[in-house]
Amino acid sequence: MSGAAGPGPPVGPGRSPLPCAPRPAAALQLSGGTEPARPGVAVIDLRFPRGAAADVQEIVFKNFYTAFLSVRVQRPGPSGSRRWVTCLRDLCLMPCPHTEQGAQDYFSLHRHQMLCDMDQVTAVRFILRQPSPVWLHFTIEELQIFPAGQKSPQKDFPSWLSQLTPPEQPASLHGELPDPEKVSTEVQQMWVLTEVIRARQAAARIGRFDVSPTTPLAGLQPRRITGGASWRGYS
Amino acid sequence: MLDPDSGLSLTIARIVQRLKGSSLHSQLERQARVSLHKPEIKLESLKEDIKDFLKTSGWEKKLQNAVYSELNVFPSPCHPAAPPEHMKEPLAYMRKAQGSWEKRILKSLNSMCTELGIPLAQKRPVSEQKELLNKWNEMGTDEPDLSLFRPVYAPKDFLEVLMNLRNPNYENGEQPSFRNHLGLIQVPLKVKDIPELKEDFSELGLNIGQLGIDDSAQVPPEFFENEHVRVGQKVLAEQDSAAAQQYVRQGCPTALRADLWALILNISNQPEDILYYEQLKSNVIQHNLLVDSLIYKDVKLTASNDDYYFVFEDYLYQVLLCFSRDTSVLEHFTYSSATPPKSYIRGKLGMEEYAVFYPPNGVIPFHGFSMYVAPLCFLYHEPSKLYQIFREMYVRFFFRLHSISSHPSGIVSLCLLFETLLQTHLPQLFYHLREIGAQPLRISFKWMVRAFSGYLATDQLLLLWDRILGYNSLEILAVLAAAVFAFRAVNLMEVTSLAAAEVRISFVWRRLK
Repeated sequence: MSGAAGPGPPVGPGRSPLPCAPRPAAALQLSGGTEPARPGVAVIDLRFPRGAAADVQEIVFKNFYTAFLSVRVQRPGPSGSRRWVTCLRDLCLMPCPHTEQGAQDYFSLHRHQMLCDMDQVTAVRFILRQPSPVWLHFTIEELQIFPAGQKSPQKDFPSWLSQLTPPEQPASLHGELPDPEKVSTEVQQMWVLTEVIRARQAAARIGRFDVSPTTPLAGLQPRRITGGASWRGYS
Repeated sequence: MLDPDSGLSLTIARIVQRLKGSSLHSQLERQARVSLHKPEIKLESLKEDIKDFLKTSGWEKKLQNAVYSELNVFPSPCHPAAPPEHMKEPLAYMRKAQGSWEKRILKSLNSMCTELGIPLAQKRPVSEQKELLNKWNEMGTDEPDLSLFRPVYAPKDFLEVLMNLRNPNYENGEQPSFRNHLGLIQVPLKVKDIPELKEDFSELGLNIGQLGIDDSAQVPPEFFENEHVRVGQKVLAEQDSAAAQQYVRQGCPTALRADLWALILNISNQPEDILYYEQLKSNVIQHNLLVDSLIYKDVKLTASNDDYYFVFEDYLYQVLLCFSRDTSVLEHFTYSSATPPKSYIRGKLGMEEYAVFYPPNGVIPFHGFSMYVAPLCFLYHEPSKLYQIFREMYVRFFFRLHSISSHPSGIVSLCLLFETLLQTHLPQLFYHLREIGAQPLRISFKWMVRAFSGYLATDQLLLLWDRILGYNSLEILAVLAAAVFAFRAVNLMEVTSLAAAEVRISFVWRRLK
């Protein structure tokens, strides 16, 4: 299991992080110095076991007082030999390094944010920078690397969000009545929807009395009222 | 840090989940069903026709207001990997500090309970219930013996805790250095400086009219006041929460304030809300909580002694006693750094099935708590509406003033903002007060914790609370506190002790009243 320090966070269903063994953050030292200085730069090296290569989809971690993060990956170059490429340069984790903003937040790095391809990666190097001298330690924790090709985690979406129905064409009424077969199928669809709504229990508190489940009709559920022209985009 | 797209979808899903099954949802369905009888609704374009109907009849606006209210109250969703306590408070050491502060409060409450031999909760005998029901509108005439009760904590105790708050990862050397703050707060939170505040509070600029200043007798009303009142009436007619929130940033006309605040907080006093309040009232009548005595004591000590608020004593009991029993307040603990205290049924200590939150709303009142309600009594006369407004204001704003958190509107950030503003713009005054042992925060802390209630005159206080609602932030309290010091700066440079500074500053309230 991955994780630089402490147990990893719970992983969503359908996703499993790649096994890797990151070494703890090593601060950069100047050669010849007598006392250990606090250089404000640390490096975390991560290699996949048994020299395996993986396609990286997402990197998730918890910050601990790191201000800037650069990421380099080792991947096969055009000539076939492996070389190090910078895929993320100086990502700002703490907008104001002397203050606590962003200091203990969770971050996600996706492959589409990276400067280079994240295929066939054999090693990852995290370069942490904290220019402010007020912090005693800085590192990143709960490091998890997710390979490509997995379903993105099923966040708490109700199923209807992913099943948007296509826009329907209203029936043409030129000179003839609508087809009764069509009308009956449409009414059937609406009936099925009402049954689904009735079966679903609401979590919200309604108040003292239970409201009897009224029969909603298609098109009334709040999802249909999308941000139209009148919304005015208040933040 | 979330992807903007996934963050938006999560927000939408969360809001829909919360609104689904609410009374607004069932009302929308009922309206849509009723609309089927109208001739303009056709079967082929059912969806579009009903949508248009809802838009023209104002129901879509109500839904927009509800969504806007949800967006304002709940913080944006966290990263999916973040545990729930991260949403309450991202910094681990602050969570720990809040936990130990809560333990201290509970210890104090429990020891008072054991000393006095009074149970935390007990059922009232029927005769007492009848008596209380008869006296419900005049509970102020009751004179119970409260001499043995004392408030669980006062703002100055809380200030001591905040002064000792330290980040273990921060270099807190004993030698004065650039790392140590000159004020009382030693945590390095990000606070805004004047240019950022100017940008955020741009509607408070000198070139923009404000009620309370530009509507005084010397200024002809055509310049600002008439137009502003007209716009306010239009906003009320449109029933748009977001527009109302924008409008009150320049102050609210007294005649429109009650309705505008209810619109911003999305309170509409439906029959089910009145019924809910009546249910809470019956809970008060049936059971007696120890917290009730604390509330009585607090009201008697603070609001009853205030020249402006003593007339509302009965209302305060009616609101606060019901507030203690309202379990819907527990919802705000998902985004508050505090945790409600748990208590166990007698004899079942430690068994989770017998655990209840005590008090039922999870909030233990402190000395001065009733001052949050008192100014609202000027606006609302119906107890159920007054109650709902207070509850909404508490779960949006006031809870941040007595819990330890890193939120920009939390009391820790407000204190740091106050001290930083004072140091940056009045360095001589700050240095002088520090040298005589009168750290400015010791004087202004109680003002900010009470949101200036009891210090500012009511009309000015309501103008201040207009801006709190308008900007959805409490930072203005820190700015006002610094401004008060700036106002009396010359006077304060002459004092030589903390007590003298307190006295000199207190003249401000008499002058401003």
